[in-house]
Amino acid sequence: MKSEHEIKMWTPTTVVMFLLMLAGGAILAVRLLKGLGAVTNLNDRFPWGLWIGIDVLGGVAMAAGGFLIAGAVYILNMKKYKPIVRASILNAFFGYLLAATAITLDIGVPWRIWHPIFMWQIHSVMWIVAIHVVLYTTTLATESSPMFFEKLGMEKAAGFIHKIIVPVVLFGVLLSTLHQSSLGAVYLIAAKKLSPFWYNSQVPTLFLISAIMMGLSMVSFETILSEKFFGHKADIGILSGLARGVLITGVIYFLAKLWFLIKGPGIPAAFNGSMEANMYLLEMGISVVAPIILLSMKNLRENVKSLFFVNILVISGVLLNRLNVSIFGVYRDQSANGFSYFPTWMEFVVTLAFISFSIVGFKVCVKYLRVFPETEAQH
Amino acid sequence: MANDKPKGVLVDLTRCIGCRGCQVACKQWNERSVKKTVLTGNFTNPPELNSECYTNIKYIEQEKNGEPAWNFIKNQCLHCKNPACASVCPVEALKKTKDGPVTYTFERCIGCRYCMLACPFYVPKYEWEKAVPWVRKCTFCSERVANGLVPACIKVCPTQTMYYADYDEVRAEAEKRMADSPGKYVNHIYGKDEAGGTSWIYISGVPFETLGFNMAIPAQVFPDLTWSYINKIPSVIGVVLVAGAVSWAITRRNKNTDKEE
Repeated sequence: MKSEHEIKMWTPTTVVMFLLMLAGGAILAVRLLKGLGAVTNLNDRFPWGLWIGIDVLGGVAMAAGGFLIAGAVYILNMKKYKPIVRASILNAFFGYLLAATAITLDIGVPWRIWHPIFMWQIHSVMWIVAIHVVLYTTTLATESSPMFFEKLGMEKAAGFIHKIIVPVVLFGVLLSTLHQSSLGAVYLIAAKKLSPFWYNSQVPTLFLISAIMMGLSMVSFETILSEKFFGHKADIGILSGLARGVLITGVIYFLAKLWFLIKGPGIPAAFNGSMEANMYLLEMGISVVAPIILLSMKNLRENVKSLFFVNILVISGVLLNRLNVSIFGVYRDQSANGFSYFPTWMEFVVTLAFISFSIVGFKVCVKYLRVFPETEAQH
Repeated sequence: MANDKPKGVLVDLTRCIGCRGCQVACKQWNERSVKKTVLTGNFTNPPELNSECYTNIKYIEQEKNGEPAWNFIKNQCLHCKNPACASVCPVEALKKTKDGPVTYTFERCIGCRYCMLACPFYVPKYEWEKAVPWVRKCTFCSERVANGLVPACIKVCPTQTMYYADYDEVRAEAEKRMADSPGKYVNHIYGKDEAGGTSWIYISGVPFETLGFNMAIPAQVFPDLTWSYINKIPSVIGVVLVAGAVSWAITRRNKNTDKEE
């Protein structure tokens, strides 16, 4: 593990990401002063766009690694994954910060973001989503707090968190199960708007399963990256273990998706050449079919380079799924009567800024906190 | 007039002459401004409802017995009996009142726009150009209704296109008109079953599908769609907590035996 001084803060990539964050901040200032219409192409038929699709739905799915690895280590006592547990939780924390900040700025009246805490409406999935974001972000902060307490020399506080970590993690697993699925449940109401390629009664379950795939891939992806950039040693046993997890979840996900394809629009419909059918095939190819084929080969499962490639496939494939549900799948219905939606350059910059914020924030933490204590000890 | 029964409206499209008096009255009562529109070759103006326009008349030209024939369609929120918009609102800014209207309270609204996604009729509109935006839609003149007055658009209609009464009476009136004049109306009451039933219902002399009505909207109580998920949450909580605690207790011993590693 490289020490504080060995991780160079201002690499060219970090500078670019920092500039993106500045630009994103400026655009968000305009958004606050002049309204959503000034910076986005959202309209009366397209109330939700890129920020909901990528930053919120994607950001939360990318953060699923936190509850999975924490659950594996503290609930299932799989000690093998201990070396990556802090990184996974920290990564999830930044994923949730990203999603929470994005949703706060996406809603029309950001300074009322706290309303759901006091104005209960249990029939609303959005209320459920809001409560989970609040509770789970708090849980993630608690789970990652020992790193900060250590840095501040507050060993007693760190020790206290360690004592209550099992129930805290269990609570986090529960919240994540509900939160990942409830983001899918949001779309249950869009019965005639969302294309049958994505709409079915089990959207919530499919969101949960795909988030598990995404979360495990994300953890593997960032473990490999950390090795490259932060000099932290990635254990191939951990990586192939994660890959096995992705493979098993992927097979379940594929079978479930196939079942709902047959039950819904039917297999021939997937090849009818329509925009929805093509997006569906592209998503299925990238997110599950190719990863399952590649990961079923044992030698590829134990090769860091091929695992890195598969991780990129799964991450972009599941992200595409969230975009398909939130934009492409509803496009036909919502674009009737001459409406259309394509994000402005400002929406893209803000999305890139949020992602940069997560990466740079994670990097700063790795530089100053003990994110990989196990490998550090071996050093 | 004022009683506890929910109100409803029957829109008899055979009576509308397309004068747009209702559009003007609605703007006056709700203090709405205008949005600039462009010439589209169609008389419908504005072409779609928007945050300044809660109701409009759609002009659809058809042919009848070789002659051109105009159809005029009064268009506004249908005030579903079980509204999707109100059920998805996380802060109860949208609410179905006992009188029948689906009302909006800006002071509660956070602007998540889930109502816009949920509404099968694409009724709620947003003030995209404002820094402090409202969701906007027909209010069924809830304050007038609560005080025993008729909604503004209905008050000014010169041809009594809209029949306003208790919902049950409105339903009976629709059926009576269809029974009294065989052949005058197509055999469908739009809104009787659509989206689980709406407080505003329509009868028409020409097929609804040719007038831009969405016939694909099922006879489904929309809030049930999301409730089917929400009502499972208590059991999910139980299963996850029990399964988690049990797995922890079982696998805990592994940890202890591994300790000397």
